[in-house]
Amino acid sequence: MARINLEHIRHAYGAKPKSEADYALKEVHHEWNDGGAYALLGPSGCGKTTLLNIISGLINPSEGRILFDGTDVTHLTTQHRNIAQVFQFPVIYDTMTVYDNLAFPLRNRHVPEAEVDRRVKEIIEMTGLGGWAKKTARGLTADQKQKISLGRGLVRSDVSAILFDEPLTVIDPEMKWVLRSQIKRLHKQFGFTMVYVTHDQTEALTFADKVVVMYDGQIVQIGTPAELFERPRHTFVGYFIGSPGMNVLPAEIAGNTAAVGDQSIALNFQPKVNAGAKTELGIRPEFISLGRDGMPVAITKVEDIGRHKIVRARFADRPISIIVDEDGEIPAEPRVTFDPKAINIYADSWRVGEEA
Amino acid sequence: MEKTWNNKAWFMVLPVLVLVAFSAVIPLMTVVNYSVQDTFGNNEFFWAGTDWFMDVLESDRFWDALTRNLIFSAIILAIEIPLGIVIALNMPKKGIGVPICLVLMALPLLIPWNVVGTIWQVFGRVDIGLLGRTLAALGINYNYVQNPLDAWVTLIVMDVWHWTSLVVLLCYAGLVSIPDAYYQAAKIDGASRWSVFRYIQLPKMKRVLLIAFLLRFMDSFMIYTEPFVVTGGGPGNSTTFLSIDLVKMAIGQFDLGPAAALSIIYFLIILLLSWIFYTVMTTSDAQG
Repeated sequence: MARINLEHIRHAYGAKPKSEADYALKEVHHEWNDGGAYALLGPSGCGKTTLLNIISGLINPSEGRILFDGTDVTHLTTQHRNIAQVFQFPVIYDTMTVYDNLAFPLRNRHVPEAEVDRRVKEIIEMTGLGGWAKKTARGLTADQKQKISLGRGLVRSDVSAILFDEPLTVIDPEMKWVLRSQIKRLHKQFGFTMVYVTHDQTEALTFADKVVVMYDGQIVQIGTPAELFERPRHTFVGYFIGSPGMNVLPAEIAGNTAAVGDQSIALNFQPKVNAGAKTELGIRPEFISLGRDGMPVAITKVEDIGRHKIVRARFADRPISIIVDEDGEIPAEPRVTFDPKAINIYADSWRVGEEA
Repeated sequence: MEKTWNNKAWFMVLPVLVLVAFSAVIPLMTVVNYSVQDTFGNNEFFWAGTDWFMDVLESDRFWDALTRNLIFSAIILAIEIPLGIVIALNMPKKGIGVPICLVLMALPLLIPWNVVGTIWQVFGRVDIGLLGRTLAALGINYNYVQNPLDAWVTLIVMDVWHWTSLVVLLCYAGLVSIPDAYYQAAKIDGASRWSVFRYIQLPKMKRVLLIAFLLRFMDSFMIYTEPFVVTGGGPGNSTTFLSIDLVKMAIGQFDLGPAAALSIIYFLIILLLSWIFYTVMTTSDAQG
């Protein structure tokens, strides 16, 4: 178990990166607390896996240093870093039995056989592979194989950190819940530092204390699920977290009012916006109320998804989404009001605060 | 899974069946025909039953040649399979080296058998061959025309040179199909180089190795052209394999009956051994 520091890490897959765009991973400078459970969230190709492989030592970063508990491990091999990692697709040694598969990482490290047996049995019980222990791993289904992969990641008790690279992609939904809560329980029990890569926001939000959102090779926001929801630092976080995502509307900012099309919206603060920046107003569908007062909207579609309805509408000639209670009424001449507390203002996609 | 019975599929294979009948079954049946009859020319045939088969099976000539064949194939497999694996493991996985290595590897495979034979026949000659002269200059007494051991070494080195590439290419194809994640997982699990080979690379190469093994067995067991060109079966009978003996019998002596019987026995041996290898290897596969 360890605290992990990434110091000014950058990585390019090409030999000689010329411009910022050549970097698959733009500068990352971040500390992962000992025993923390982090989720790395982001779309495909945003650099999540690259970052993970840099931590585990499968990739050497082009620039920067990695510290485990203050010791520089940048040039240490994966083995010496003592990291466990679980990959997206199952990796099993298919000539070995399930038991031997799980014992493999321990035996390679010359753990005494009694200890190996104890650990492996524990993992077998946890993953529910009991009946398979003595069979070869070859004939298993994809999700059983992934459980073995997962088990090999969890079997070592002395690891610095466990990294998960979208480990539940191939597992069926019901089992996903079971395994996720088992991982979570193990985390509570042993206090491993855990980094969990996913592009599934529900998975990220339920698993982690802190969610790290990545976009286009950089970390755009690190925060608790609530922070990501209420104060997205970047419009991407707004879109990506929440279902449907945040409404982002182009807006002219003047003093403490924002003009969207021909509508002007009063803000409860005065955003500090530099001249020439592209300014936008962001508001989550949950914080728009639909009624008889406020600004006019034209409703295009209503989706009833059970607990609530999603109203798709056009506001100032822009598409927006509004969340309305299940029994909420939709008036004939609908109008909307935005909750001023929930309005975020963005300049060039980054959130701006109040003028000092 | 439930089996689907769709007899229409048989019509689809009919053209191939007809082709195979003409190219393989009919010639084979002619051989069968010769093997059970005797002829003195004039297109007159007499029923001979299993006499020719008995003759062949009772002759030392047959057993000696068969023994040579078995020893030759065993040596070839023992050298080419491990050597092919080692070379494949050491070939580059990416970059400009890949096409270069692949082309170099494929070159010997593109050379016709009789040309390979001629190359080595000349190469090894003591009077004008590069190899023969060099060895003589080094004081090594090498002469494949007179010394049976030298003839064997020449044939084996030639076959290794000609066919190891096939094993290499097949193994390489098996190796590059292994996803990177396996190697990464092995690193995470702290596996040694040997463990990576034993538990990842070897199992993944198993299928192509089976094919390589069968191909190399069948080809080496049927070897004809190269020894015919290089040694002509000599010195003495030391490199007279079944195939060479067969041709001597059929064309040299015009003993069509015994030659046909030998052909069939030869064919059945190859079929039987291939079947045994295949069964043994796939059964061990199923058991893991």
